[in-house]
Amino acid sequence: MEERLTELGKHLQLALPGAVRGQSAAFEELTLEIEPGEVVRVMKVLRDDPKCQFKILVDICGVDWPQRAQRFDVVYHLLSLTNNFRLRVKLQVDEDTAVPSIVAIYAAANWFEREAFDMYGVSFTDHPDLRRILTDYGFSGYPLRKDFPLTGYVEVRYDDEQKRVVYQPVQLVQEYRDFDFMSPWEGAKTILPGDEKAVKKVGGE
Amino acid sequence: MSDTASENSITLNFGPQHPAAHGVLRLVMDLDGEIVTRVDPHIGLLHRGTEKLIEHKTYLQALPYFDRLDYVAPMNQEHAFALATERLLGLEVPKRGQYIRVLYCEIGRLLNHLLNVTTQAMDCGALTPPLWGFEEREKLMVFYERASGSRMHAAYFRTGGVHQDLPPDLIDDIYKFCEQFPRVIDDIDSLLTESRIFKQRNVDIGVVTRADAEAWGFTGVMLRSTGVAWDLRRAQPYECYSELDFKVPVGKSGDNYDRYLMRMEEMRQSTHLMKQCIEKMPKGPVVTEDHKISPPRRAEMKQSMEALIHHFKLYTEGYRVPAGEVYAAVEAPKGEFGVYLIGDGSNRPYRCKIRAPSFVHLAALDYMSKGHMLADVSAIIGSLDIVFGEVDR
Repeated sequence: MEERLTELGKHLQLALPGAVRGQSAAFEELTLEIEPGEVVRVMKVLRDDPKCQFKILVDICGVDWPQRAQRFDVVYHLLSLTNNFRLRVKLQVDEDTAVPSIVAIYAAANWFEREAFDMYGVSFTDHPDLRRILTDYGFSGYPLRKDFPLTGYVEVRYDDEQKRVVYQPVQLVQEYRDFDFMSPWEGAKTILPGDEKAVKKVGGE
Repeated sequence: MSDTASENSITLNFGPQHPAAHGVLRLVMDLDGEIVTRVDPHIGLLHRGTEKLIEHKTYLQALPYFDRLDYVAPMNQEHAFALATERLLGLEVPKRGQYIRVLYCEIGRLLNHLLNVTTQAMDCGALTPPLWGFEEREKLMVFYERASGSRMHAAYFRTGGVHQDLPPDLIDDIYKFCEQFPRVIDDIDSLLTESRIFKQRNVDIGVVTRADAEAWGFTGVMLRSTGVAWDLRRAQPYECYSELDFKVPVGKSGDNYDRYLMRMEEMRQSTHLMKQCIEKMPKGPVVTEDHKISPPRRAEMKQSMEALIHHFKLYTEGYRVPAGEVYAAVEAPKGEFGVYLIGDGSNRPYRCKIRAPSFVHLAALDYMSKGHMLADVSAIIGSLDIVFGEVDR
């Protein structure tokens, strides 16, 4: 398996000059990091190159890393039936840049890109129909971003007087408690109530 | 478009509450007379934000969400998540645990295909098959309950193995079920396979070619019906599938009827697999002995301080999974069910993307039903084998 990974990695480096930023192999999987603008060319090669033959697009998803300037990863998973091989392709974008759509190459990309757009707000150029897909009609915000609260902003209920469903801000009887169970001796970042001084002291010294 | 066509063209709203929609599916269809020209599925009515919730839960707490995706075959979903965490942790599942997992995955396959085949028959106008099929499903769910305590939301496949060992009389009862079950398949077979109405509704309906199936990302039965012999249990074996003997049915024409026949054959193969699992099942532990991952037995906790500490730590903080990213896929009854898991070294997943086969297959509904009659759409939806728990997540 290891040999096949490095061999394919080398081959792709040659077949895609200027498009590959880097690659890594871990857990018996090969990850290819590419330039966001080159995604269409990369996918075409991956699908049609006789050594690759990644005919099936398994998945596209976004990942949010808010501390990074290029905050989103768009991750493509590909599968080659003839070579019995999987490949992960990754690219990085910021909030305002659009990624070229690959619907023309893989029809399956249509809904996956809509989902990534819906969940993260990553937009795709040349997508035939970039609408929200999983969230409600008229929803605003991008729910899978790390800065979107788990409880959301609005809730719905049926209003008996108006005889229709109304949207209103979320009202929680009790604030959502995100317990941090990490051991306080290693890694816990939350400051326990009443413990603020202790932390300051350590920082001040 | 000519004048006559536009006079005949209407837009029809189908669902979201429609018995043939297999859940909360809303379709906006453009029809030319009775011919479908465009289908726009509106999904997300059952969206619960599973992926977001998982990011806020420990690995153990995240597991039960997988039962609620494809609630027709719950354990197959759990399996993908368990495999993903195990790969990040570098864990090996004990042999007996592997056999129990495969046994219950195949029960899940039966659960799924029984539901799908018989409700598809119902979409085509036959009412008896669902009654017969659901009787068998009920028996299988009792097996789920006797293993895990729950008929559907089992939470049985834990990281490192399964939650508890199976009692011996349960294993005997599953074996007895396997003995009588092929007769039930034969009965359903006699109702449907040669039925004139069923064939008229399904033969040459929803035909997919190999190239299109690949472009649309089909997996599982949908892909195999086009003549591609691709089954993850065979191609990328996980657990003990490589030690078991089974055949993978492959279709020829890629239509609804082929897919029906393949699902029937897969049920026979699954029964065969279940029997083998029971015959070959070794003695031994069912879950990894590493108590940093799997909780200690309750009896141990009464005696051992260390076991008590482990128990407390595991059910509050949970176990930590090293940083890294993996994609683990299983051959779920509906197709390739994958989990893309990113760990950041803490006790919670940083990101858990669920790749659901139904989502991909439903995306191709527009392509598959174009040019068909309105009544064929419900037959195609039935054959796609979709469940909204996993489409909407």
